[in-house]
Amino acid sequence: MTRHSSKNPCKFPPGTIITGKWHRQQYVLLKELGTGANGTVYLVKGRQGHAALKMSPDSVTITSEANVLKAFAKVQGSVLGPSLIEVDDWAIKGHTIPFYVMEYIEGPDLLSFIKVKGPSWAGIMMIQLLDDLDKLHEKGWIFGDLKPENLIVAGPPPRIRCIDVGGTTMEGRAIKEFTEFFDRGYWGMGTRKAEPSYDLFAAAMVMINMHYPARFAKNGSGYRQLTDCIEAKSGLVPYGNVLAKALKGEYSSARNMRTDMMAVLNAPARTESRQKRRSAKRHAPAPLPVHSRSTGKRQGKKSGSFFETSAIVLLTAILYAAYMYGYLL
Amino acid sequence: MKKGSVKQILLITDGCSNQGEDPVAMAALAKEQGIAVNVIGVVENDTIDENGLKEIEGIALSGGGISQVVYSETLSQTVQMVTRKAMTQTLQGVVNRELRQILGSSASLEELPPDKRGEVMEVVDELGETADVEVLVLVDTSASMKHKLPAVKEALLDLSLSLNARIGNNRFSVWVFPGKRKDVEQVLDWTPNLQLLTSIFPKLTVGGITPTGPAIREAMGHFGKKRSLRRLISGDDETFIEESM
Repeated sequence: MTRHSSKNPCKFPPGTIITGKWHRQQYVLLKELGTGANGTVYLVKGRQGHAALKMSPDSVTITSEANVLKAFAKVQGSVLGPSLIEVDDWAIKGHTIPFYVMEYIEGPDLLSFIKVKGPSWAGIMMIQLLDDLDKLHEKGWIFGDLKPENLIVAGPPPRIRCIDVGGTTMEGRAIKEFTEFFDRGYWGMGTRKAEPSYDLFAAAMVMINMHYPARFAKNGSGYRQLTDCIEAKSGLVPYGNVLAKALKGEYSSARNMRTDMMAVLNAPARTESRQKRRSAKRHAPAPLPVHSRSTGKRQGKKSGSFFETSAIVLLTAILYAAYMYGYLL
Repeated sequence: MKKGSVKQILLITDGCSNQGEDPVAMAALAKEQGIAVNVIGVVENDTIDENGLKEIEGIALSGGGISQVVYSETLSQTVQMVTRKAMTQTLQGVVNRELRQILGSSASLEELPPDKRGEVMEVVDELGETADVEVLVLVDTSASMKHKLPAVKEALLDLSLSLNARIGNNRFSVWVFPGKRKDVEQVLDWTPNLQLLTSIFPKLTVGGITPTGPAIREAMGHFGKKRSLRRLISGDDETFIEESM
């Protein structure tokens, strides 16, 4: 734990059989799914089919992540994280490697999904994410390390899921783990206290990351730099207000942000016409649809009064004729 | 469980010591007094030679702390992570000791069944959140550190941001070595806020020898002073976290 060793102590070839010390379950290792600073995840075949197994030389990591997954199981209806199958130790060559087994979630990560399917999915994925975050927050948990690498789009139908719960923290505590680009502390936009607005800042940054796949480093101007980045991408402009509120920590709940996000998604025509109008103003004084509509209305009014006048004139003429007729007789 | 304070020395350097006592021995002495020593080696375009690396690892190992060598761009992320990890390690050591008292000499967290381990881990988490933390930062200001000091300042501000998000109290003190007249000099006395560094750091002069060993020895003494002083004030003579591993 103290030193960096070039050899990963959790490196094993496919076909290796892992036997739990406590529950005696066996897992056949199929392939490596990923290695991070906190351990290695393998695709394994167990008694109930395919599963993902995470092992780490650091038992703290395994134990606290398993604790979070256990807590997730109590959040009803939330499908954000993978479900936990079991926690155990593997005794091998005189030492033990702690591990836990979880549901295997298959699919591309969020950025790859958006790249293939197109940016129209970005908003929908955000809506799904905010829905799950809301449920999580209600139970007193903050996700913490929210980033596209930790988000997988399972399905079909496409459903956003999260695969790494290492940063999940109880509300009111200090965020356990984060990634600078998605951390409001890094941008000088707030504390690292676990509260809903921390996740919502990260969610806004996830959206920005979809349009800036290479990300960017801070230049010291903080919020200004982020709003400049939003304005520079036409795909982000419609969400400008929602993102700004999320970055400034003005949303008290994920549900509020979701509602605003939904409003933007439901009104593509309006934003389009507004943009058209703005560009028309800038370029040529072409006849605007709104203008012509209002003249039409005025014309209608004019013709109405014409009918009114002629009716009165006609009625008066008839009455006068009748009067004259009676007078003459 | 009683609350106590976690004591750490955070050494930020970019090379080997060349003056005074053996820093590895000084770190061992610190550990005996319940102070964990973490070491961050920071490189920019240069590299740390074999001897430097060995010393960095040696100090952390005998000091019961964690060491890591990083580029200055990732310094912030590393400093806060190493501090937190070392804290958990310290607290886990305390919990292990308590477990041994209850369950017998061979018991440790790793030997508990996973379910029980999960429950103990929740206690460790809780302690990590609520414990008071004292971090004494020792910054190497030898000539080669000149360009790395802005990154060091950033990393320390970031560290206070992370630790101050916790429920427990924090105190930081910053020392540089070599100092103007002495081997080591205090630039910031115990304070919960590192914001003051912004004005201090640009004024630091660099150059001279690297007396890492004497610096660690001085730093230990500062914890002692602080502790006895606080005892006088609060009448609290219970120091809960004495041992670091």
